[in-house]
Amino acid sequence: MEEAVKAPVAEQEEYVINMGPQHPSTHGVLRLVVSLRGEIVRNVEPHIGYIHRGIEKMCESITYPQIIHLTDRMDYLSAHINNEAVCLAVEKALGIEVSDRVKYIRTILSELTRIQSHQLFWATFGMDLGGLTCFFYGLRDREMVLDIFEETCGGRMIVSYNCPGGLMNDIHPNFQNRTKEFIKYFRKTLPEYDRLLTGNVIFQERLRNIGTVTREQAIAWGLTGPVGRASGFSCDVRKHNPYSAYDRVTFNEILYKEGDSFHRYKVRMDEMWESMNIIEQLIDNIPPGAYAEKMKPVIKLPEGEYFQSVETARGELGVYIVSDGNKNPYRVKFRSPNFVHLAPLNLMSKGAKIADLVAINGSLDLIIPDIDR
Amino acid sequence: MENSQLAALAATIAPDAQVVQGKQFVEITLRPADLYAVAEKLKNNSDTALDMLVSVTGMDYGTDLGTVYHLRSTVRNHMIVLKTRVSDRDNPEIDSLCALWPAAEFHEREAYDLLGIRFRNHPDLRRLFLDSTWGFPLRKDYKDDINILAR
Repeated sequence: MEEAVKAPVAEQEEYVINMGPQHPSTHGVLRLVVSLRGEIVRNVEPHIGYIHRGIEKMCESITYPQIIHLTDRMDYLSAHINNEAVCLAVEKALGIEVSDRVKYIRTILSELTRIQSHQLFWATFGMDLGGLTCFFYGLRDREMVLDIFEETCGGRMIVSYNCPGGLMNDIHPNFQNRTKEFIKYFRKTLPEYDRLLTGNVIFQERLRNIGTVTREQAIAWGLTGPVGRASGFSCDVRKHNPYSAYDRVTFNEILYKEGDSFHRYKVRMDEMWESMNIIEQLIDNIPPGAYAEKMKPVIKLPEGEYFQSVETARGELGVYIVSDGNKNPYRVKFRSPNFVHLAPLNLMSKGAKIADLVAINGSLDLIIPDIDR
Repeated sequence: MENSQLAALAATIAPDAQVVQGKQFVEITLRPADLYAVAEKLKNNSDTALDMLVSVTGMDYGTDLGTVYHLRSTVRNHMIVLKTRVSDRDNPEIDSLCALWPAAEFHEREAYDLLGIRFRNHPDLRRLFLDSTWGFPLRKDYKDDINILAR
């Protein structure tokens, strides 16, 4: 029986499996068609579009204040920052300068958004790699930020608090106290995150030198946010093209040069400290003033093209509005960071093990509605 | 570099193109045939050094179709916008820029999916979000009586 001695078929032949669209590690409806030889990934082909809602097409038939509500539904963990991008583009087109009060509040809320997004990343990333405790710790602390949002904005995740010309309402009287309480609490709790997960040997072994991206590759593929900065690409929009109150605060841009999954994780952990620093510089100094500028009931943008980019929790979100002078835009394009980050997934995971694909996918922190739009 | 200097520089790199200093960025409007060559020069020139492709936007101008490229220099922190148009609505073809910036791959697939613009020399031009039975929804003459309700 000579033939029975042959190696198992799985190691000789390439075979294809479907990961998703319903798979716990893809955090949404993302389907990856993975070609494997044994356990080694030979090719990954993402299939997207399961929740394509045609937001760009919908924007063409609605008004600018209405667009704000659709942007919440793209990257739902960076809802405030998405809103802000559209507001800034509209304000720039109309030549409106919002008050310092609005700028400060927007910046504080953006940073709170970043913290809660990274908390959820930490929670789910730990869970993807087998540490279920992270999920409970992360969501416990994230709840405090969502409570602050709820009190001031009325919504927890889908907030729509920014509007062209300012904010929907003034902040709640408790806002400053609760935010300060949260920062005080989270400064004590964040080291706990490191003790629980960052230093864990198994965790590090699964991430170091996995899915490495060089700085040149990051620039060529347009990777921004924590993914780009982990490779040493200085791409923070808050530093390079400051908007709102980011030019009035001091903070460090977190940069690593290794570019592997572990450092993508590290950038996010360090960014939470920086976000807390930014909030602390602003929270006691919110100047008095109007919370919204007086706007015309129907907002019409002058004919032309407007581009605004902001730094969401995942990278650079660009909003490109082409206006023909009507109350609806002629064309809106969202350059969403997750869409760009998905493209080099094949490059990152070629040659890795199938279990590493879960780690790489998790370290990119993809939000599928932002990819599909 | 100031936008006015950048516009002057762009005019020397692309003499046949129309260079406008827009409200925000320098905008270069090109014939589709010149697109690849000019983009390559803009990328490799050490003064423009456009090493990052921010986004590719497919446009429907009513009669023409077109693409808008937002390019950034990470070395010099400036942006330039490239624009091109084709008038053939049935078979619009534009050169792919994937060879210069791999980021273009997904952006161009999106433009193909939603506007039906074909990109020459694209490594993998397939539909991205929708299946092949759909039309091209971001075109202005797209009609869908079932899914899009007229207001």
